[in-house]
Amino acid sequence: MHRHSVAQLVQGLRDKQFSSTELTRHFLDRIAALDGRYNSYISVPETAAMDAAAAADRRLAAGDAAVLTGIPIAHKDIFCTDGLRTSCGSRMLDNFVPPYDATVIQRFKRDGAITLGKTNMDEFAMGSSNESSFYGHARNPWDPERVPGGSSGGSAAAVAARLAPAATGTDTGGSIRQPAAFCGITGLKPTYGRISRLGMIAFASSLDQAGPMARTAQDCALLLNTMAGHDPLDSTSAAVATEDYTAALDNSLEGLRIGLPREYFGEGLDAATGALVDSALKELTALGARLVEVSLPHSHLTVPAYYVIAPAEASTTLSRFDGVRYGHRCADPVDLHDLYTRTREEGFGDEVKRRILVGTYALSAGYYDAYYKKAQQVRRLIKQDFLDCFEQVDVIAGPTTPGPAFKLGEKSDDPIAMYLEDIYTLAVNLAGLPGMSVPAGFVQGRPVGFQLIGRHFDESRLLNIAHRYQQATDWHLQEPPEVAEGSA
Amino acid sequence: MQWETVIGLEVHLQLATRSKIFSGSPTTFGAEPNTQASAVDLAMPGMLPVLNEQAVRYAVMFGLGIGADIGKRSVFDRKNYFYPDLPKGYQISQFQDPIVGRGRFEIQLEDGSSREIGITRAHLEEDAGKSLHEDFHGMSGIDLNRAGTPLLEIVTEPDLRSAAEAVAYLKALHSLVTYLGISDGNMAEGSMRCDINISLRPSGSEAYGTRAEIKNVNSFRFVERAIRHEVERQADILEDGGKVAQETRLYDADLDETRPMRSKEVANDYRYFPEPDLLPVVITDDYIEAIRASLPELPTEKRHRFTEQYGLSAYDANVLADTRPLADYFEAVVAGCGDAKIAANWVQVELLGQLNRNELDIDNSPVPADALGGLIVRILDNSISGKIAKQVFEAMWQGEGTADAIIEAKGLKQVSDSGALEAMVDEVIANNSAQVEQYLAADEARRKKLVGFFVGQVMKLSKGQANPQMVNELLAKKLV
Amino acid sequence: MAIEQDEIEKIAELARIRIDADRIGDVTRRITDILHMVDQLQAADTSGVEPMANPLDATQPLRADEVTESNRREAFQAIAPAVENGLYLVPKVIE
Repeated sequence: MHRHSVAQLVQGLRDKQFSSTELTRHFLDRIAALDGRYNSYISVPETAAMDAAAAADRRLAAGDAAVLTGIPIAHKDIFCTDGLRTSCGSRMLDNFVPPYDATVIQRFKRDGAITLGKTNMDEFAMGSSNESSFYGHARNPWDPERVPGGSSGGSAAAVAARLAPAATGTDTGGSIRQPAAFCGITGLKPTYGRISRLGMIAFASSLDQAGPMARTAQDCALLLNTMAGHDPLDSTSAAVATEDYTAALDNSLEGLRIGLPREYFGEGLDAATGALVDSALKELTALGARLVEVSLPHSHLTVPAYYVIAPAEASTTLSRFDGVRYGHRCADPVDLHDLYTRTREEGFGDEVKRRILVGTYALSAGYYDAYYKKAQQVRRLIKQDFLDCFEQVDVIAGPTTPGPAFKLGEKSDDPIAMYLEDIYTLAVNLAGLPGMSVPAGFVQGRPVGFQLIGRHFDESRLLNIAHRYQQATDWHLQEPPEVAEGSA
Repeated sequence: MQWETVIGLEVHLQLATRSKIFSGSPTTFGAEPNTQASAVDLAMPGMLPVLNEQAVRYAVMFGLGIGADIGKRSVFDRKNYFYPDLPKGYQISQFQDPIVGRGRFEIQLEDGSSREIGITRAHLEEDAGKSLHEDFHGMSGIDLNRAGTPLLEIVTEPDLRSAAEAVAYLKALHSLVTYLGISDGNMAEGSMRCDINISLRPSGSEAYGTRAEIKNVNSFRFVERAIRHEVERQADILEDGGKVAQETRLYDADLDETRPMRSKEVANDYRYFPEPDLLPVVITDDYIEAIRASLPELPTEKRHRFTEQYGLSAYDANVLADTRPLADYFEAVVAGCGDAKIAANWVQVELLGQLNRNELDIDNSPVPADALGGLIVRILDNSISGKIAKQVFEAMWQGEGTADAIIEAKGLKQVSDSGALEAMVDEVIANNSAQVEQYLAADEARRKKLVGFFVGQVMKLSKGQANPQMVNELLAKKLV
Repeated sequence: MAIEQDEIEKIAELARIRIDADRIGDVTRRITDILHMVDQLQAADTSGVEPMANPLDATQPLRADEVTESNRREAFQAIAPAVENGLYLVPKVIE
């Protein structure tokens, strides 16, 4: 059952090949047996999951089901879940049990999906390897000595290890796409504002977006149908109508113009990875697409701009963690100052503290114009680069990452090297565009993905391209060797 | 050395919306602690602000009321600092692009003269919660009910020159905001809070001295006292050759002095930047014009109209135009009796006197405007004297009925029948021959004084109901 | 742009984060590295470019003035570290 895609599971439930209760039990058992190795989950609410499965079975029997009714989904531990611990990968929220659901979670519940568990992540979504989690690093099922990527590392690992049929993630600078690429799965970051941020613990408000992570584009489309939509309680939520994201999956790619930014295919890209991306592009031309060379001239400013804007926003967004109303509180504070400084020193890990300090500096008196304002100006230039390209092409493609997954510990001591892992993904968040990573093959047994970037609100086209590609290739169907061996 | 006082005021006005500025929590005053604090107000993880349209509307109304530029594209910013009553660790405020720009505000002084005060800007922001300092075994208690209440921060140019002017400004501001209905402007309840920026400079000097800020003064009286005390304090320092420290102070009402705030707030770097959870607020000309069209007549306009249309003094106009209910009441009385001057006198003296003594406001007056108008009509048509009218008014206040009903029931109708009056005058003259002789022997000036005795006697005889004017006329005829 | 250790201390204070004396040198170095990377922004020509706060340049929607929240104090305070009589407790605040 764990080999099935979500689409197949939906059919299986409909055809009564199995029940949601059986399906959910199956995944819970697998998690209990196998996740010790991957550490992809932080919390697994067994009883609640089984109760929800029973309720889903009743809905299915009554003919009152939505598409995802009865399907177990893993949620990145950044989405607040009512009555279930939501840690954000941090000691600061180790004891935080929200009395409310994020809008995304509400939407899944409304559709009768099962919350299988809360997945591991880099602390407060700051990271590209899942090594900064308070709950320990997660492992890449393709090579457990390597990172699954981050910050949605747990979600990616869980899906790759067949410990969940699909999962939710969040992406601020690549945190869905990069782990999807490292773990050989498909991940979509939609247009900024497409999915509500209410109840999704914020890192960088103008960059954060939730998105689906699954093995196929079709599954991503099914999840997106549930997740997408305007939320009047999120001021940044787009008042743009949603569509059925599965409707255009099978469209022909004839005449599709794919832009290849010359800046994405030069120095820094591992040769083997580059070769796989080229193969993928060839496949797309075989399906009728045409490749066009384009340029994104301000690409070299992407990393610096991002590393001002994201920490600056985060530095203030995280001020609410002060030990007063929820979360960690230091023992016996002697005065107010002690309460704040010791709570935050104990509650936050090193990378989070670093970014808060950088962000505070960027906003402080005398530096606002030179850093924050400058970065927001550069951001507009970066967005304009993309819009200019979209005058000539329909979609932009390139590698998702400079190479496959690196070893655990390899970059954790070098923040800048870690930041450069996101070089192809950051600009997409800065511009607010939708971006997707699609499995493109393996470099010495480690997965690699190619990235598709679309116009604002053009998710259907990205899913269509990925789906057609996945009908012609089978990278996305491969199973990690040790998972395949251990499977029942 | 002659010192000139330079004062700028920053008023934080709570807007009278039903719900908070960024959340759907209620804003009612006096609820149990933390029962009106939602997840958004508590800054729980993942929570987001959504802007209340009424707060925007009220800000625009205020801006139009002071003839200010309206910011058609205003931006919310984060003002960052740590304090337990500030749950997010930042306050959502407006820094660079406020919703209301420069304006002008006319204030009325006690002597009836007026001055125009410059308003630098007004912006929207959220209120913080409250710290309760009663001892919880060494701890303070935080109530976040107030956190998120919409505030309009109104900043004046340093145009005020005295405590009296400062109070006049606050009164005029209170009047304007209650007219507009955007706030109840209640200083005692904290819906209008005042920070005073005050410095001294040598008279005639252009440069500003170092200013001190006195925070959160919550009554007109305290504002006046705080300023007087502060002027003395700063003058003493300067005259001794010292420098005034730029600092924040609190006014202590019990000791009637200001003292520096004890919290060691090292110069705060607020790190303002645009709030990324909110988008720029864009309002159209149509929106603004629709609001302009819906504005009531403003206090300044009404004051001017009262002096022109009704011939009232500036002072009277100021009192009667102070609140809309009072102004409406006054005009209804005038409509009822046709005499603005008498109406002005009765409303200011008799009615307001009774209302104040009974701690009532005009909406709860036991004597409605048309009833008072009816009473004045009876004075004007000589049915009763002014003195008797006060008696009737008292009875009306006690709920005994209309003026006419009371006059009838108590038989208070003024005697204006010349025959009856003449008979009474004759009687008094006949019974007081000594005083008559005294009167006849006196000169013009002294006669004016002595005639009062006879008038008094006639009044006594008539149980106060004689028409005094006619009595005077008859006496003048007969005392020859 | 080099950053001095005492500047880091000031920034840490603004952010209410305590950094142990034996770690501050290391933190200073790492942050200096990041700021060096970020300095590349200075070379960009941004004259006349409007800063972009929101990727879609959207404007703020307005909410009707209605009470939509009910009293959930019990639920919210059940997860609070220190409450008494409905109030959140903090070390004494002195004005």
